[in-house]
Amino acid sequence: MTIRLEPREDAGLGLKIGVSIAAGLVALLLVAIPVLFAGGSPLTAYGLMIQGAFGSMFAFSETLNRATPLILTGLACAVAFRAKLWNIGAEGQLYIGALAAVCVGSGLLQLPPALMIPTVMIAGFLAGGLMMVIPTVIKQRFGADEVVITLLLNFVVILLIQMLVEGPLKDPLSMGWPQSVSLIAEAKLPKLLPRLRMHWGLIVGLVAALVLWLMVRKTVLGFEIRAVGENKAAARFAGIPVDATMLKVALISGGLAGLAGVGEVAGVKGYLSSDLSPGFGYSGIVVAMLAGLSPIGTVIAALFVAAVFVGADSMSRATGISSYIADLVVALSLLCVLVGSFFLRFRVKWERQSVVA
Amino acid sequence: MDVLFDILGSANFWAAAIRIATPLIFGVLGALICERAGVLNLGIEGIFVAGAMAGWLAVYLGAGLWGGVLIAALAGALFGLLHAFLTVILGLSQHVSGIGITLLATSVSYFTYRTALPDVSSPPRIAAFQPVSIPGLSDLPFFGPALFQQTPLTFLALVFVLLVALVLYRTPLGLAIRAVGDNPASVEAQGLSVVGLRVGAVVAGSALMALGGAFLTMSAFDAFFFGMVNGRGWICIALVVFASWQPGKALLGALLFGAFDAFQIRLQAQIGQVVPGQVFLMMPYLLSIVALIVVARRADYPRALLQPWTKGQRH
Repeated sequence: MTIRLEPREDAGLGLKIGVSIAAGLVALLLVAIPVLFAGGSPLTAYGLMIQGAFGSMFAFSETLNRATPLILTGLACAVAFRAKLWNIGAEGQLYIGALAAVCVGSGLLQLPPALMIPTVMIAGFLAGGLMMVIPTVIKQRFGADEVVITLLLNFVVILLIQMLVEGPLKDPLSMGWPQSVSLIAEAKLPKLLPRLRMHWGLIVGLVAALVLWLMVRKTVLGFEIRAVGENKAAARFAGIPVDATMLKVALISGGLAGLAGVGEVAGVKGYLSSDLSPGFGYSGIVVAMLAGLSPIGTVIAALFVAAVFVGADSMSRATGISSYIADLVVALSLLCVLVGSFFLRFRVKWERQSVVA
Repeated sequence: MDVLFDILGSANFWAAAIRIATPLIFGVLGALICERAGVLNLGIEGIFVAGAMAGWLAVYLGAGLWGGVLIAALAGALFGLLHAFLTVILGLSQHVSGIGITLLATSVSYFTYRTALPDVSSPPRIAAFQPVSIPGLSDLPFFGPALFQQTPLTFLALVFVLLVALVLYRTPLGLAIRAVGDNPASVEAQGLSVVGLRVGAVVAGSALMALGGAFLTMSAFDAFFFGMVNGRGWICIALVVFASWQPGKALLGALLFGAFDAFQIRLQAQIGQVVPGQVFLMMPYLLSIVALIVVARRADYPRALLQPWTKGQRH
């Protein structure tokens, strides 16, 4: 028996979906090892995780609440990666979006909610977008790699936020806690259902996914993004304005991450602090890859990752097993889906060695 | 101006600069070896965490300090092997694999720490490496305390700079490693294994990165904290470009960086009332970005960096 690899022309949709589902499942199976290592029973842990994420209306609403920023950071990464723009800075862009929301929405402007909420969102989108346009311009002007710059900017942004919430933006009524002044009521996103934390940011995320899906498939910009992502030189030769397309992608990508920050400030917390995001930007990378960079897939992948986090928190409270188990699942999902991409590129064939007469 | 000379004239400042540079020296050397062989290793940030945690935990559980260093290197090598398997053997995206390794190594480390020590509120301490004296040199006025009163890991880092430079430029192995990152076809034409060389380089480079992490918990501090690596790995990825992939310049870059960082800490003590502390803490990251922008145009990237290789491949 020998193994032969045949390159595939194009993997079908079914296979792509299958690979993503398999990646998530394999990641979940693999964390049985650390669960055993921590002295727990994997089956009990899985049961508690599922119950914690979907077991009640409250649990499910928490999962949706957690999925909201992940949909947006996932879309941010998906649209950028599609154009081969490596935006690893969604975390920083999220914070800058949240910062813009607080700057505009905490009393500077007094508008009715119907105007105030869109204003806050546009401010967050533009601020987050600018945060990605800068490294993209640096890449185009100076040839400096955007991966490292966006990664480093994440640290700069967190420090900037810490500085502002301890300084000029500090809430004088916060009893010394480093947090910003609160948003005015008109700027806050309404809850979707009474007594649950889910907010209109979820709808924004779903609409964004739909818009992006239509954009990629049906518009000129979508065509340009795909062309630039597949082959930059060929796209340039075909007359596509590569640099301009990249800047648009950067604006959209950073903007979506900025919207995630707006959602967390205006929909959940009401104020800005330097612990607003437990790594939504980094998880967004995993969400996008699990989704195969598809906007609709991003929604489903975000739900999966959110369920893992919410479920693991609940499981951890019941069993004492560390909730870092969720981070393990997420990291393993990324590596599994990467391995899966191998099977999208090649058809693996087992062959009986034939004896040539 | 007086402030400037006060700081630069103190032996204490130079000692701190070298201390701060040490983890970066390990990290930049590690990244340099990987990239010279044609593989970008963005797992570095997580491998730092893994080295810091594994080395510290080994010592905490009773291993000797050098035993801890070895365990840290092994942990790094293991994650390096995984990165090499995905990127060299399967030829998958080096960016995605690297980010995945960083996420995995970080979460494995945090999970292990939490599981091994479920109930600690303040991080437990170990008896860390102490500065050693080099007879004769350490007693020199000014230069003694400035340069020659460091912990053994710092001296180890300096030895590795020499060693990596010697291997890269003076041995057939080094020639093969440099060739495999520039022109893998030429290596294969000589009957050498492109895959073998690349896997070896990534494993060795990752072990070095982990030593950078181990320095943090076993020498600079004596405990493990969440978030203690704090972007040092990414800074190394920027520094390796700044150093044009050369060990000597890597040492220089790391030392410059250490000096700058030591300087800003001292400056902060002088003018900290006027400027918020975060401005100073931002400096290392901003400096890395600036360094990257300055050298980017004339950066001489290894030509086969990021490019997977299939045996028998022809252009």
